[in-house]
Amino acid sequence: MDIKGKVWRFGNDVDTDVIIPARYLNTSDPRELAAHCMEDADPQFPTKVQKGDIIVAGKNFGCGSSREHAPIAIKEAGVSCVIAKSYARIFYRNAFNIGLPILESAEAAEDIAEGDLVEVDVNTGLIKNLTRSKEYTATQVPPFMQGIINAGGLINYVAERLKK
Amino acid sequence: MTITEKILAAHAGKDRVEPGELINVRVDLVLANDITAPVAIREFEKIGVNRVYDPERVTLVPDHFVPNKDIKSAEQAKMLREFSRRHSLTNYFEVGRMGIEHCLLPEQGLVGPGDLVIGADSHTCTYGGIGAFSTGMGSTDIAAAMATGETWLKVPESIKFIYKGELPRWVSGKDLILLAIGKIGVDGALYRAMEFTGPVIENLSVDGRLTMANMAVEAGAKNGIVAPDEITRRYVEGRAKRPYVFYSSDPDARYVEVYEFDVTNMEPLVAFPHLPENVRPVSEAAEVKIDQSVIGSCTNGRIEDLREAATILRGKKVHRDVRLIIFPGTQEIYRQAMHEGLFDVFLDAGAAISTPTCGPCLGGHSGILAEGERCVATTNRNFVGRMGHTGSEVYLSNPAVAAASAILGRIGSPGEVE
Ligand code: SF4
Repeated sequence: MDIKGKVWRFGNDVDTDVIIPARYLNTSDPRELAAHCMEDADPQFPTKVQKGDIIVAGKNFGCGSSREHAPIAIKEAGVSCVIAKSYARIFYRNAFNIGLPILESAEAAEDIAEGDLVEVDVNTGLIKNLTRSKEYTATQVPPFMQGIINAGGLINYVAERLKK
Repeated sequence: MTITEKILAAHAGKDRVEPGELINVRVDLVLANDITAPVAIREFEKIGVNRVYDPERVTLVPDHFVPNKDIKSAEQAKMLREFSRRHSLTNYFEVGRMGIEHCLLPEQGLVGPGDLVIGADSHTCTYGGIGAFSTGMGSTDIAAAMATGETWLKVPESIKFIYKGELPRWVSGKDLILLAIGKIGVDGALYRAMEFTGPVIENLSVDGRLTMANMAVEAGAKNGIVAPDEITRRYVEGRAKRPYVFYSSDPDARYVEVYEFDVTNMEPLVAFPHLPENVRPVSEAAEVKIDQSVIGSCTNGRIEDLREAATILRGKKVHRDVRLIIFPGTQEIYRQAMHEGLFDVFLDAGAAISTPTCGPCLGGHSGILAEGERCVATTNRNFVGRMGHTGSEVYLSNPAVAAASAILGRIGSPGEVE
């Protein structure tokens, strides 16, 4: 799956309360969640973000609560993938489980600037910065997790296993 | 092996496991709440099975937005209720019989030493306080475990924290964990296990240990754990609904890092906005005027916490510019506090007492902050907007500091009001 989009940058330790504040968690409707995505960091984000755009952030992205509403809000807002230096562990699992591509690359996270046009090959982990003509590689995903992605998410993976 | 590795190995049906290994484990209990269960239920229904793996081991606790704060939350809570009926879940806890999930489960004996528990709530790591392996996951992971009774895990490396010295008065479990988070940072234990050891921990109450394990996730950890001992045994005896196993780390267990703290001269600590790692001694916080003080949550809403607050508040008045709100963690804790006369102390001081709920801890309801307001809270997160307006501030402390600050109208140490 090839991804190409414009970059929005955020800092270190972006927590789930910033990604989707708890005051909106009285619903789990993806559309409603997306309408408030990242608004405590940038109130205009939900209106500015275009389909296919990419979020680039520093270390420990998605720290805090276990709310799956966070990757759901990002995905539903149209963001095609997240590139960060590192991820909080629950967010990392959640993103895989719901099918939001996320890549870990310290080099890319440091080098890519807001507004850059970036192309990502999720399968190989190759990240191309088209604005700056540079390339970076993301950390490989364990084969086991690749299996979950190939099955189309955890629910399909489990459903297939239970059928056997 | 470490205690964490031993529990994981036992649940994977293996003799040993190594850090970094991906394993499939049997889970003893699966948990979700009124925010995360609706998503989990919807995902569960897509799997195409018509029953949960064990109706006694799938636990649903509505605690975040209950008693229902608005129509949307009422709809979410209703989903839990109906799912629980449809699947005859033994452990669904209705308003009036509930509590904050992480106070409730150990209290009701639903979690015991040596258990492996996963929950769709990041503070599921709390049960490490009684020697269980427990960790938070998202709703989809929980949905899968509700169907299969299993999950996959990567065996974490362990970091050992050794606490030595004499625990000073008014320093408690909260301060010990803030000390560690202040040292290693909010991602200092990312993907790892935090093991709390040493003479100070060996003398710490179960309530204090639960507080410590609770905040392991604030350092990014997968789990926090204390080896069970006589103190644990006294707590779980008569409560545990299932047989339990005491595990402990071998002398030659491997740790990626070891930290040693001498707590003898330690002051209570306060985490400044907007990260739990911004830790300073309480004496450096005395300039901070507050509008609200919150005592409760899954971190510090247990009986010992309320007793500590009452000791400070007895015969004192809450400052006229401050709202003090107290949230007992469960109905049992509520009743116990009432019987011990703690409610009289709180009411005489001018505090509000709430029914058990998460309430303001996550900025849900019952104590939301306006722009520019400051709150000292015994909760676990002080992120931007965590308790209300993005222009408000949360300072994390132990219950004694939160009580003393409510009297002083600014952050202050218990010693100042005694
Ligand atoms: S008390 Fe706070 S941290 Fe604990 S479960 Fe409730 S919202 Fe989460």
